[in-house]
Amino acid sequence: MNRKSSLSTWRRVSESKLFLPSVALALILLFDLFLIPGFFKVEVKGGGLYGNLIDILRNGACMMLLAIGMTLVVATGGVDLSVGAVMAIAASVAAIMMNPVIIGVKLPPNLMRFINDPYFTYSPLWEVIVVTLLVCTLCGLWNGFLVSYMRIQPMVATLILMIAGRGIAQLITNGVRIQIFYEPYAYLGKGMLLVPFPLYIVAAFYLVAWLLTRRTAIGMFIESVGINPRSTSLSGVDDRKIKLFAYAFCGLCAGMAGIIASANIKTSDANQIGLTYEMDAILAAVLGGTLVGVGGRFSLLASMIGALVMQATTTSMYALGVPANAVTAIKALVVVVVIVLYSEQVRGFFARFSTQKGS
Amino acid sequence: MAEANGSIVIMQGISKTFPGVQALENVDFDLRRGEIHALVGENGAGKSTLIKILTGVERPDRGKVFLEGREVVIRSPQHAQELGISPVYQEINLCLNLTVAENILIGRQRSGRIDWKEMNAKAREFLRRLDIDIDVTRPLGSYSVAIQQMVAIVRALEIASAKVLVLDEPTSSLDAHETAQLFDVMRKLKSQGVGIIFITHFIDQVYEVSDRITVLRNGNLVGTYATSSIPRLELITKMVGRTLAELEEMAKTKLETSKHIKGEALLQAKGVGRLGAIEPFDLELHSGEVVGLAGLLGSGRTEMAQLLFGVDKPDSGRIVFAGREIHTFSPLASIKRGIGLCPEDRKEDGIVPDLTVRENIVLAMQASRGWLRYLSPQQQYEIAERFIKLLNIVTPSPDQPVKNLSGGNQQKVILARWLATNPQVLILDEPTRGIDVGAKAEIQKLVLSLAEEGKACVFISSELDEVMRTSHRIVVLRDRKKVAEFSGEVNGYQLMQSIAGSVS
Repeated sequence: MNRKSSLSTWRRVSESKLFLPSVALALILLFDLFLIPGFFKVEVKGGGLYGNLIDILRNGACMMLLAIGMTLVVATGGVDLSVGAVMAIAASVAAIMMNPVIIGVKLPPNLMRFINDPYFTYSPLWEVIVVTLLVCTLCGLWNGFLVSYMRIQPMVATLILMIAGRGIAQLITNGVRIQIFYEPYAYLGKGMLLVPFPLYIVAAFYLVAWLLTRRTAIGMFIESVGINPRSTSLSGVDDRKIKLFAYAFCGLCAGMAGIIASANIKTSDANQIGLTYEMDAILAAVLGGTLVGVGGRFSLLASMIGALVMQATTTSMYALGVPANAVTAIKALVVVVVIVLYSEQVRGFFARFSTQKGS
Repeated sequence: MAEANGSIVIMQGISKTFPGVQALENVDFDLRRGEIHALVGENGAGKSTLIKILTGVERPDRGKVFLEGREVVIRSPQHAQELGISPVYQEINLCLNLTVAENILIGRQRSGRIDWKEMNAKAREFLRRLDIDIDVTRPLGSYSVAIQQMVAIVRALEIASAKVLVLDEPTSSLDAHETAQLFDVMRKLKSQGVGIIFITHFIDQVYEVSDRITVLRNGNLVGTYATSSIPRLELITKMVGRTLAELEEMAKTKLETSKHIKGEALLQAKGVGRLGAIEPFDLELHSGEVVGLAGLLGSGRTEMAQLLFGVDKPDSGRIVFAGREIHTFSPLASIKRGIGLCPEDRKEDGIVPDLTVRENIVLAMQASRGWLRYLSPQQQYEIAERFIKLLNIVTPSPDQPVKNLSGGNQQKVILARWLATNPQVLILDEPTRGIDVGAKAEIQKLVLSLAEEGKACVFISSELDEVMRTSHRIVVLRDRKKVAEFSGEVNGYQLMQSIAGSVS
């Protein structure tokens, strides 16, 4: 009796979408524990925490945001390759709004004096954030429009913005990398409020996404559209609007990630910000158990853990002294292992294993 | 013992459990060389599971399989094919855009080079052996489903030199002529010593073509009988496990319910048509009435249903619903108005396989409420449980993914989805296709009881007797055109004639 119930608990745990990404994360941290001395050291400095673990969370914040948006898109059966480019657009828009001098906007002399002052900004912070996020949501809407109303394959439709996005970002700043001096903006990325400030933003976005998908019908519609778009639309769900929403939300998340990334490096670098992040974000969603190209069931939390797996791998490799160029190869290895664990064969093996134990 | 009888396959004491379901319990089955063995039973009786075990898709929990006297463990579908056991599934796994020859022989060439001439010649020869003479260089998609079916059979035979052929519902989408064609092929194969397992819901066909019949019920073996020795009624009784007095009862109910039909039309179509789909037609639906649509496959039944539901926009005529003309055509608009369409293709247009039974049931209702007015999980469970009880849906729980249910139960889930929207007009396109006698009777009864509640139902079916049993009025379609309308007592012969279009 007791054994039976513990078995079913085991099965529930092992079949949960959180199981595999959590195991992967634990394995990576275990690896760090044995091979990298001092990896887990967390220091308290000036009211905040520092250390490798904190770095993973701080740098993983962008990835977690992207993973949230990407998960919804992937769940509809699509994919968004443009999130990295949209991050670059976000950085450029935000930078230009705080410091428009660079594109030749003439400020009155009394304002020009303050241009290098760490507390000067041309537009107030809330305006910078709102406009940036709006622009990025528009980018997402564009993707969604191409995919759902123009019926272009998601891979192709988002490839357009992936290629064009960095060009647009360059155009916005006239090809110049804008330094960001404004401290409150930098706080969005570098700030420390017990834990790194970006984590609060991630938490807020997760909460919004969770409420939207699990406390309204959108989550079910998204999954249903991904699994069987025809029967879903015959049931009265407008699959085009659902996809439009998913891509728009993905754009919004990418915008926020772009703000954090540019705040972290205090510059709008259209060529570097978010480079190849789209791949990591897709992989995070995959690690979270969302099926790329098929869609369907998704778990936001699992994808966020997937994002941390990607980030933890990167951080660990840097801590080990692996050169930056080789890190991608290691990441690929981690992904391959987890994907193999996801395959039908291995799942079937585990299922048989646990039933044999039970009988 | 059985080799003496010439058995190719013997399955002994097969048991299989799925989470929450005992699919098979100690079932014996044997197939002889050169026989057509019908496997019949209600949905969820275990036919598919038995076949899946034989073809290596599933492994039995207990039991043994002997092939030509030797015990075998069938590890995978590939392994089954190597052993000479070939399934031809309901959904044909062929590529419609490739030519017939390619479909038959692809994957067979050893070297990288393809000799097209030789390939076409071979394919032609294989087909000719079964007396099928078609142009093998044309894409498979340009041929009828029956031909596609036979190409699948030829592929199974030639690729795997199959000794055992499994035909799972091969006739469900064939018309009478095509079915006869297929049966000829089956008989020919039989004479060549191939053992054929034939799964079907059509009792007529069982008697027409099979030598022996094995009946399964609720995962148990009821028995194996020589076809010539078991009368039809007895067979049905064995399949259903109860008498079919209900069927006769229905004729009475139908007569009674016809009193409740309202005079004025609830839905009125005037000259509604769509180019390439269906020619302009007039149709009236009244509250409390079941209107049957009869006609051959491709006669325009489905197209008519889709126009009425608003999947497609008509390019002529007008539709008036409850006194108001309809201008917006979309499934959502129709659902909100109170029109429902239970689509023909359960797999493609009906179920959402990975979602749970509960989610599948509430989907259309939630869609009509919009995304913000979310049905709480508690409300969802209440609705799901109500319909599970009402329609006798067999499922371990409302949280079961709907793909784990048997075909008939999936169909009921979709019915539940539409009933939950509380429609005034419900269009049912082939609601009984591919499901068993018992479930069919249940659905027919349900349709009549819906009419009794004052709904207008449109009932589409390929089975004429079913249409005649359930409908107060029958509309006949032929070649994408409405050709006749019958009401009152319908003469079957007349109906047949108008469907066929000519006196044969």
